[in-house]
Amino acid sequence: MPKPTIYGLMAEFSAPEQLLEAARRTQDAGYRRIDAFAPFPIEGLAEAVGFHRTRLPLVVLIAGIIGASLGFYLQYYAAAVSYPLNVGGRPLNSWPAFIPITFELTVLFAAFAAVFGMLAMNGLPMPYHPVFNVRRFALASRDRFFLCVKARDPMFDTEKTRRFLETLNARGVSEIEF
Amino acid sequence: MADSPADKFAEQSMEAPIIGPGYNYASVTDKISAIVLSRRPPKWWILGFAVAFALVMMLLVALTYLFAVGVGIWGIQTPVGWGFAIINFVWWIGIGHAGTLISAILLLLRQPWRTSINRFAEAMTLFAVSCAGLFPLIHMGRPWLAYWLFPYPDTMKMWPNFRSPLVWDAFAVSTYALVSFLFWFIGLLPDLATLRDRARNRAAKVLYGFLAMGWRGSAIHWARHETASLLLAGLATPLVLSVHTIVSLDFAYAIIPGWHATIFPPYFVAGAIYAGFAMVLTLSIPVRKLFGLEDFITMRHLDNMGKVMLATGLIVGYGYMMEAFTAFYSGNPYERFMIANRMRGPYAVVYWLLITCNIAAPQFLWFRKVRANVAALFSIAMVVNVGMWLERFVIVVTSLHRDFLPSSWGMYYPTRWDWATFIGTIGLFLALLFLFIRFLPLISIFEMRTLVASEEEKG
Repeated sequence: MPKPTIYGLMAEFSAPEQLLEAARRTQDAGYRRIDAFAPFPIEGLAEAVGFHRTRLPLVVLIAGIIGASLGFYLQYYAAAVSYPLNVGGRPLNSWPAFIPITFELTVLFAAFAAVFGMLAMNGLPMPYHPVFNVRRFALASRDRFFLCVKARDPMFDTEKTRRFLETLNARGVSEIEF
Repeated sequence: MADSPADKFAEQSMEAPIIGPGYNYASVTDKISAIVLSRRPPKWWILGFAVAFALVMMLLVALTYLFAVGVGIWGIQTPVGWGFAIINFVWWIGIGHAGTLISAILLLLRQPWRTSINRFAEAMTLFAVSCAGLFPLIHMGRPWLAYWLFPYPDTMKMWPNFRSPLVWDAFAVSTYALVSFLFWFIGLLPDLATLRDRARNRAAKVLYGFLAMGWRGSAIHWARHETASLLLAGLATPLVLSVHTIVSLDFAYAIIPGWHATIFPPYFVAGAIYAGFAMVLTLSIPVRKLFGLEDFITMRHLDNMGKVMLATGLIVGYGYMMEAFTAFYSGNPYERFMIANRMRGPYAVVYWLLITCNIAAPQFLWFRKVRANVAALFSIAMVVNVGMWLERFVIVVTSLHRDFLPSSWGMYYPTRWDWATFIGTIGLFLALLFLFIRFLPLISIFEMRTLVASEEEKG
């Protein structure tokens, strides 16, 4: 397949329900490489463009476990191995006193994983993206809703796809240049 | 049926909406972003920022003198070794807690009214924590060695004492500051994109564009963003409770009468939320007026915040009562003396002032008329701000100044440098807030759009 000359087609809508409906119908029509853009999160929209589950919670869980283990081991190593200090015959591994810092480091690691994991999975920071070449796309952060069918989609055909998008009550359809 | 309490309640909530009528996606966006993108700041902003900035300069003078001469410029002296620095630390960090409560706990509890105040409250958290974090550093005899608090493989082959609440505090406060910042920043991300798209000025476009990281509002990005926000809220909720618990353990771990009490953690956490809501009210009342945001921060918000203040104020009142009761019931002569000395000793005025400010004043909040009166709410919030500072003064000073041995009793008098440092941090807090409301959207725009969408669905 030759490299497409455009990134895809962008249809503009004025209400969230219209976008949701359009995304579902595009998905039903067999398009697979689509994306939707909205100024706020819309329930069900990610599913409608074929996204099912994010693995973010798993990443956060793993980071939390790493934080907890490192936090506890740090204190255990310092207090019982590297610098054992006999305080009135009390146990060196005085684990209840190590819980607060273990907890804090669990939260710290998990929170970093949540934020940087979210950014990494979303591919951000990404200073340039073809969708920004559509002039009206600036309204995607205000009050307009956009549906994009990428040219990489096996079913994509500039003319046919444009006609299809126009049947979805779009306010307008424009080409996304690279 | 129409007269049942639930129906009445529903009716009242209908009367006071969480967003004024007639707003759509475009108008909420334009109204909030206009505050940031307008070319000239309003006159009151310039004036307010100038005053705050002058106070920051005073803080710098006080700190310079402190670093040159040492903590002897303060009023601390044996037996009161913890003066203003610790009072202010606890006061500031407590104020910060309301921001996390609003942004994390109310998000998990699905309270839509939090939307218009959470960004602002989170910023308040960050700035209050910045002021708080300053005090433990500067109250050390040798502040340039503050990094000794953290474990690192050093040539002394020493480690911090991980069994000490003071070390827990260093971890808790720095974790809290970092997590609050991250939470605030990912909430800002979509709004920074809005500002990038709406800015006309090239420099603003580049700056907001840089900070927005190329956010484009893709549905998949939103899904992950929402997951991340919820996870962070779930993490921040126990975190905020742990932070003030650990702060209270700084006291409760010691055997000083008046500090060594098991009630300290819950009583400190409630006090923190109490003080924080008072501060959110103190700040949001003038801001909504000055920017004309009465449709976004409505009477419903002020009413709810008044209710939270009343509830936490009652918990704090219970704390005071139990403190006195436990001291009496313990039969321990030192504990009994401590509470009698608080009520009748040389600092009795401060104690009774604190009771007036924190217990008596908020009782007016039982009345709906008071909660519906902006001036009254503002005054009560101010009184509570003062009262919570006095509470920390009483806890720190009255417990230390007369402990076990009468031969080592003494008095604590703050010096002008104590006051300059304290008022200087208020200036720092206000200066940061002024910069925030000028350069970043003080209400979460994307969450307001979500709110508009859900209002439209309701019809």
